[in-house]
Amino acid sequence: MSILVDKNTRLIVQGITGREGLFHTQQMLAYGTKVVGGVTPGKGGQWAAGVPVFDTVAEAVRATEANTSIIYVPARFAADAILEAVDAGIKLVVCITEGIPTLDMVKARAYIDQTGSRLIGPNCPGVITPGQAKVGIMPGHIHIPGNVGIVSRSGTLTYEVVAALTERGIGQSTAVGIGGDPIIGSTFIDILEMFENDPETEQVVMIGEIGGTDEERAAEFIRQRMTKPVTAFIAGQTAPPGKRMGHAGAIISGGTGTAAEKVKALRAAGVEVVSIPTEIADVVATRLAA
Amino acid sequence: MNLHEYQSKRLFAQHGIPIPRGEVATTPTEAREIARQLGGKAVVKAQVLVGGRGKAGGIKLAATPDEAEERARAILGMKIKGLTVSKVLVDEAADIAKELYLGLVVDRAQRRVVMMGSSEGGVDIEEVAARSPEKIIKVPIHPFVGFRSYQALELALSLGLPRELFNSFTRIAMGLYEAFMGSDASLAEINPLVITGDGRLLALDGKMSVDDNALFRQTTLAEMRDVSEEDPYELEARRFGLSYVKLDGEIGCMVNGAGLAMATMDLTKLYGGSPANFLDIGGGATAERVAAALRIILSDKNVKAVLFNIFGGITRCDEVARGIVAALAEVPTNVPMVARLVGTNEEEGRAILASANMITARTLPEAAQKAVQAAKGQLGGGLS
Repeated sequence: MSILVDKNTRLIVQGITGREGLFHTQQMLAYGTKVVGGVTPGKGGQWAAGVPVFDTVAEAVRATEANTSIIYVPARFAADAILEAVDAGIKLVVCITEGIPTLDMVKARAYIDQTGSRLIGPNCPGVITPGQAKVGIMPGHIHIPGNVGIVSRSGTLTYEVVAALTERGIGQSTAVGIGGDPIIGSTFIDILEMFENDPETEQVVMIGEIGGTDEERAAEFIRQRMTKPVTAFIAGQTAPPGKRMGHAGAIISGGTGTAAEKVKALRAAGVEVVSIPTEIADVVATRLAA
Repeated sequence: MNLHEYQSKRLFAQHGIPIPRGEVATTPTEAREIARQLGGKAVVKAQVLVGGRGKAGGIKLAATPDEAEERARAILGMKIKGLTVSKVLVDEAADIAKELYLGLVVDRAQRRVVMMGSSEGGVDIEEVAARSPEKIIKVPIHPFVGFRSYQALELALSLGLPRELFNSFTRIAMGLYEAFMGSDASLAEINPLVITGDGRLLALDGKMSVDDNALFRQTTLAEMRDVSEEDPYELEARRFGLSYVKLDGEIGCMVNGAGLAMATMDLTKLYGGSPANFLDIGGGATAERVAAALRIILSDKNVKAVLFNIFGGITRCDEVARGIVAALAEVPTNVPMVARLVGTNEEEGRAILASANMITARTLPEAAQKAVQAAKGQLGGGLS
């Protein structure tokens, strides 16, 4: 097993004819992901990266039996693209787009919650199950199959940690980037629960950052419900309050969302929190050896 | 993006919220004339985008137009938390019987816009939240239903408002919600919302933050951005699509990805240094963007070393290296530089940088340690 994506993933790409969409479609195909089609309104009937393009997601689903969608459309249209995918019955929607207005996401998330679909992101690198499917923009070659589940609010910082694990020969079950926005489709708790229930995942790595209280709530979940060990890193110890650190969600406001609070909450829940991201690989290796 | 008090209040007024009469002045003489028109007694308020204006001496009462001119002279040009006051708002002085708080925020945990009311107005709401959280009443608003008048009424009751103010409070709360939603705000605050001596509600102070991601459709608000209050380097960075935050350390950092950029800053601190900035060059950065980023970092005179940390995925190391070399040709410097480039096209990137006499590192901890040492003058390298 693994979580969210695997060999049975049948993917469509929303925004497939755009620069980013096309490039990453080629990359995902090269990795072995079953990309079965793409969607760009007005370009139905064309082909891109060797797969058929449709005008709407509904049409693409009818023709290809896609079960997963990845979104590369510009921010002002991205919330619509998410809703369109959900309405077309797509069960897993991964939104890469950065810069979606927060109030659009408040509405979109409320709508998704009424359906059986799951959203990952937005403003995320996507999801990869090494050796099976890459639904995202991460460099595939740094991953190897294995039993460590990874969940993160960051992109490149995750690659850093994955590369350190791979260098030691430690593989990953699935790596999930949940995104750096204030309102996201799936939070740490959602993914931690999936890893807890996934027989192939033996331990979990969690990479958080300043802003919001998702890490604190995750700590509570870990304390009450997780049997698998969790190792964590929290970015932003040196971030000043009131300043947005790149990600829309990475901001300490009103004294909440500091790295120190998150580290404290996680440690209290029995999580080993490291102060150098690559040390995660040392901790995971030690656990494997034990 | 934050709006000034006068901008926020004018926006509130467009949604039917009563605000004091007043005008903005940029000179003491103007302040005097406004006070005269208001009938003499006035409040002179510094318009800067930071909190704590009152404590800093930026808000003063004036009994006469002469005094308003004097106050304005003292406040204009004053520095509050590093920002120079170039405008004052001259408002009619209000007769305050009671101060309340009314605000709207996006609550991340609840994934809802939440209205907050408190009978403890006039002070920082975060202080109230820390001291007596039970004094803040929160009303979550469902995005499909919107804010309803019964919710306003419940809030009025909880705040202990007199019955004769229920209607006007409801209009104000509905107006604030409309202003918030219509502006793609992330915060809208009336603090204090006062009950005057003659029993009216009045929004004495106002504050709004607008979601930067929504400015494409908030063109009127986008034009209200006061660039004079922003760090010139942060402005320049935004022009190039870079995410940059100036800090007060000595190690300039250039990184791809926000999380990795924060982690890189944290490591410089861990090894005894201190970051001069947060800088995310973003995914797939071009040489041009990298060059702009390096110019911005080097224009900070506190910078004693520069640390490049690039984990190439979509971003190609050779492209980044070309940008670095191009910027160094433009802005010669003696500041030592540590480069750590891994991932896509790392060999090509390293080859390009070989000519630039840089300190190189293989891992992130090694790079951070070397940058700290270089900043302390304990490592060679640099372009001299």
